[in-house]
Amino acid sequence: MYKSPNLKSKLFKLSLIYAFFLMIGSFPLSGFSQESKPAASEKRYDPKDDIMEHIADKHEWHLIGTSYIPLPVILYTDKGIELFSSGNLQPAGTLYKGRHYTYKLVGNKIEAVDDAGKLDEAANKKIWDFSITSNVASMWLAMAVLLVLFLSVSSTYKKRVGKAPKGLQSFMEPLVVFIRDDVARPNIGVKYVRFMPLLLTIFFFILFNNLAGIIPVFPAGYNLTGNIAVTFTLAIIIFLVVNVNGNKNYWKHIFLPDVPFWILPIMWIVEISGIFSKPLALMIRLFANMTAGHIVVLSLISLIFIFNTLWVSPVSVAFVVFIDAIEILVAFLQAYIFTILSALFIGMAVEEHHQEVI
Amino acid sequence: MTGGYGPIGAGLAAIGAGIGIGQVGGKAVEAIARQPEAISKIQTNMIIAMALVEGVALFAVVVALLG
Repeated sequence: MYKSPNLKSKLFKLSLIYAFFLMIGSFPLSGFSQESKPAASEKRYDPKDDIMEHIADKHEWHLIGTSYIPLPVILYTDKGIELFSSGNLQPAGTLYKGRHYTYKLVGNKIEAVDDAGKLDEAANKKIWDFSITSNVASMWLAMAVLLVLFLSVSSTYKKRVGKAPKGLQSFMEPLVVFIRDDVARPNIGVKYVRFMPLLLTIFFFILFNNLAGIIPVFPAGYNLTGNIAVTFTLAIIIFLVVNVNGNKNYWKHIFLPDVPFWILPIMWIVEISGIFSKPLALMIRLFANMTAGHIVVLSLISLIFIFNTLWVSPVSVAFVVFIDAIEILVAFLQAYIFTILSALFIGMAVEEHHQEVI
Repeated sequence: MTGGYGPIGAGLAAIGAGIGIGQVGGKAVEAIARQPEAISKIQTNMIIAMALVEGVALFAVVVALLG
């Protein structure tokens, strides 16, 4: 007799979740499309180039297979500004004659070359690349999504004053309250309200970009927080906020701590290097965690191409599903860690003097 | 041995990370066993300590892979 499936059972819900993750893992990473190997060459497949191509920044926005969106190239040379589409530089190795120099795409960098194609060293030093690369475009997309999300939630709050949260509000409210009650207030103390916008922005920016790095389809699937320039900027922001808001107590702890006088020179070295090393650690932690995660996933997928057989794919996809689940956890964790450490540093900078109890 | 020693350094850094995070996690679990009602505070501090230990290990990995 046919027993209809129990749609409320735990097993069914677990299978749904598993099927969802399996679906994520089964999207092929399209950058690996290779034409069939010619019979003569026995060159071993080197995954390094494909992996680096997916992690690094590029001048075009990759869609599917070999299609891409060419992004504008903006160069500031000593002779003036250059503006052209990066489609002019594809396929790789094409020389493009700009207004001031001739350009060629070498790897992911734009180099000035002379007409024969040789590198023009002197001119290269004077070219500053301000292009809209794939990272910049995807960061603008992330900013737009975050702005839309939070402006709509905040306007809903203004309209529904005093009423219970509804819809998107009820999704955002626990996260915002969590940042306020468990991250900001315990670490910063009573002055936490001034720093809430910063902490919330950092948390949601990093979280959104981390999660988008895991979803492989366009327009997500970009590696923004794994770009050390981006994490460097976030760390610089924290560095400036902490040191600009440092009160007398903070600087006193750094330059005149409560130690015997002969230890002071050592303390100065330690404390001053601490001022710089704390944001540096923030930068490297986020960058390395994200990049390492992406490299692991890409390496497991390229296992299929290294063994060059289709039967490795179930194993590979199973591994990738598992690692992707861990990556989601790491995405949340790294956003939370960055935020709570920033709150900790800000708290140390603004705390008032409390009498040491002996 | 020809070639760079970068991957060896990265592997050693992984050992360091494993030992460190294992210690932190183990002590945290012991503390939870002793006092289950403090579980959320212990968990928060465990996560912070884990991130700091992992940060140092990742310094080593980045330096190893750069060289």
